[in-house]
Formats: sequence, structure tokens, C-alpha cells
Amino acid sequence: MRLVVASGKGGTGKTLVAANLAAVLSGEREVVLADCDVEEPNLHLFFPSDEKILPVMTDVPAFDHSRCTHCGKCADFCQYGAIAVLKDRFMFFPEMCHGCGGCKLVCPEGAITMEKRRIGHVAFSTPRRGVVLITGVLNEREIMSPHVIRETLNYASGHPLVICDAPPGMACPVVETLEGADACIFVTEPTPFGLHDLSLAAGVAEVLGVPSGVVINRSLGEDRIILDLCRSRSLPVLMTIPFNRGIAEAANSGQLVTDKMPGMKGQFIELFKKICDLSGVS
Amino acid sequence: MVCVTAKGPGPEDLAEERFGRSPYFLFKNTEGGEWSPVANKFADAAGGVGPRAAQVLIDKGARVLITGNIGGNALAVIQAAGIEIFLYREGGTAKDAFQKYTDGQLKKFA
Repeated sequence: MRLVVASGKGGTGKTLVAANLAAVLSGEREVVLADCDVEEPNLHLFFPSDEKILPVMTDVPAFDHSRCTHCGKCADFCQYGAIAVLKDRFMFFPEMCHGCGGCKLVCPEGAITMEKRRIGHVAFSTPRRGVVLITGVLNEREIMSPHVIRETLNYASGHPLVICDAPPGMACPVVETLEGADACIFVTEPTPFGLHDLSLAAGVAEVLGVPSGVVINRSLGEDRIILDLCRSRSLPVLMTIPFNRGIAEAANSGQLVTDKMPGMKGQFIELFKKICDLSGVS
Repeated sequence: MVCVTAKGPGPEDLAEERFGRSPYFLFKNTEGGEWSPVANKFADAAGGVGPRAAQVLIDKGARVLITGNIGGNALAVIQAAGIEIFLYREGGTAKDAFQKYTDGQLKKFA
């Protein structure tokens, strides 16, 4: 099973749910945790450990100045504004390039070849028995987060149980993480902001055909706005985490709630059972 | 050739303060002649707007740009092309911006 923990809104507790679910399940089976929030990965803060690093590369054009006639076909083709051609020279903005290679195809002079450029890395660690953590990291100033997410998922693929910590939002990075997943948990909070962004993100999962359920975090016992949305969108509520000082203190100090409050382990095992039922995969 | 960024296709339309996302580029020769508008097809694009908009000016042979503000990548291209930039932020028409430029009242962007 590949399970995605997403939210729409940032800061609702995605990472808390993904980390504790993995930690609890690792008592019974091996779990791969994939941090797909590559612009601000922080799952590793719950699992400090030595990492092994592999670079993530993308294709960028390399220009043969002696062949270039400044005809401008490459700049005209580039949809990302990465090339500008002047009368006597051209300019290339590598951080705006998406690596499609179209400039190479349209160059009539054969002046363009593709070379590799590093845009981030994937970090591997085994922080505790039964947990393999794979973290995608996008370098500052870079824009190709889906590329780093794809690489991260490639390294995790084939494993029987992969839990992905998704980025917030609902654009390309989330789509890249959700596409092809077996199930999705949306972590939300009972506020107008949590509700609004949950509604948008749930729409993405619907379009992609990923079976989804909801975890309500920081509940004060009055979750009607979320429950109403879940009912109207046929989203099962899988778990409710109370607004509780002990939970907040554990999470805020980088500790796993299920380590500090072992009584909560059962709830995460129950959450996973419900997800298995929902997706038909275990 | 002078280029004024504008909200509409005519000289009576308001000057636009943003360069890359300006709806129109209005070209005019300082020696006279008609205004020549070019709609900016990148005005609503997600990204990579600046250098592509700059390319429009280069292709039209502009030597002077009158606008309110310009981003880093576009600035690099405009400066490399040797196009002079003058700042107009008075909220008037494109025609007014052009007139103030020819009267020497606009500040050159260094």
C-alpha cells in the first residue's frame, strides 16, 4: 500500500500523523516513510539519524557559442522564459528551466546539448527498527519540486508499505504525491481555514480517484463544520485527535506522541485498519 | 523606438507600473509616427514572464523602456540588450508618460 497523508492547509498535523502511524506500525512490519514536502521537509525532525545522500539532477541545455547564430528559435520555443536571445548573444536562466529539451529540438544549428544540473537531493536513513526514512529536498531558488518528489517516490516504490508526507496546497507537488496512491488521509483542524482547504484538497483526490478519509486534529469536541463537509462529500472521519496539552508538548519538542503517551498507539493502529478497509489494500 | 507599458492598447490608456505583467506594450518612434500596440501574451502566465516580455522589446528594436517597476531576470535581459529604462509612476496615461520622457522629466533607472 502507498498511503499519502495530506491536508490542503499547512500546519494541521500531517507530519505528526505520518510519523506516529509509521512508528506504531513499525512494531509489526517494515514501513517506508517518504517525505514529499520537498520545499520544507521536516519529518526527519521526529527521527534524528545519520543520513546517506543521493543527488537529484535535472537536464539543462548547454550552448555551443561558436555554432549559435542568435536566431532566437530556442527562446521563442521556451514556455518558461529561461532563454533570451539578443543580437549578439543569448542569456540562459537555469533556475527557470524545466529541462524539457525543446530548445535542443528546435535549434537548427545543433548548438544545444543537454547536461545535468543538481536541483536537490534524496536523503536515506533508518532511524529506528522497522522504519526507513526517505526525504526529498529541493534546493533553495529551485522550482522543480515535482521532479524531486518523483525521484523520492521512485526510491520508495516497490516497498509493501509506503507512507508519504505530502506538501500542503493542491497544485503540482500535491498531485505528483497523490497520483497513483492507494489511499489518502487528510489531516484537518476544525476551523474555517482547515475546512476551506480540506474542501479544495479533497477535490484533488476525487479527481485522481484516490480513496480518502479525514483525521480531525486539535478537536475541542465541536467539529460540526468538518463533519458536515465530510458527510456531504462522503469522506469518512477516521480518527479525532483532541486538543490536548500533552500531545502539543510532545509534538512541539520533536517527540512522537505515541512514544510519550503509549495509550495512543491503539488509535493509530485503528486508523490504519480503517484505511485498509477504505482502500481494499493492506 | 520607445516602449511604454500600458493597461490598454491606446496612448490614452493608463500607463502600467509592472513591466512583465503589463497587459500591453505601446511602441512609438521619438521622431513621430503612429503608436504601435503589442498585447502581452505573457501577462497572465504562471512564471517566466520577465525574460519573455523583454524578448518582445528586443525583437521590436526598442532602445528605451518606460515603466514603473521591473523584476530581476527581465532587468538582466533589458540591460544586456542596452535598452535604457525610465521610471514613470504618476498614474497618468501612456501618452503622458511618453511626453514626460521626451521633455526629459523622467528619472533614468540605474
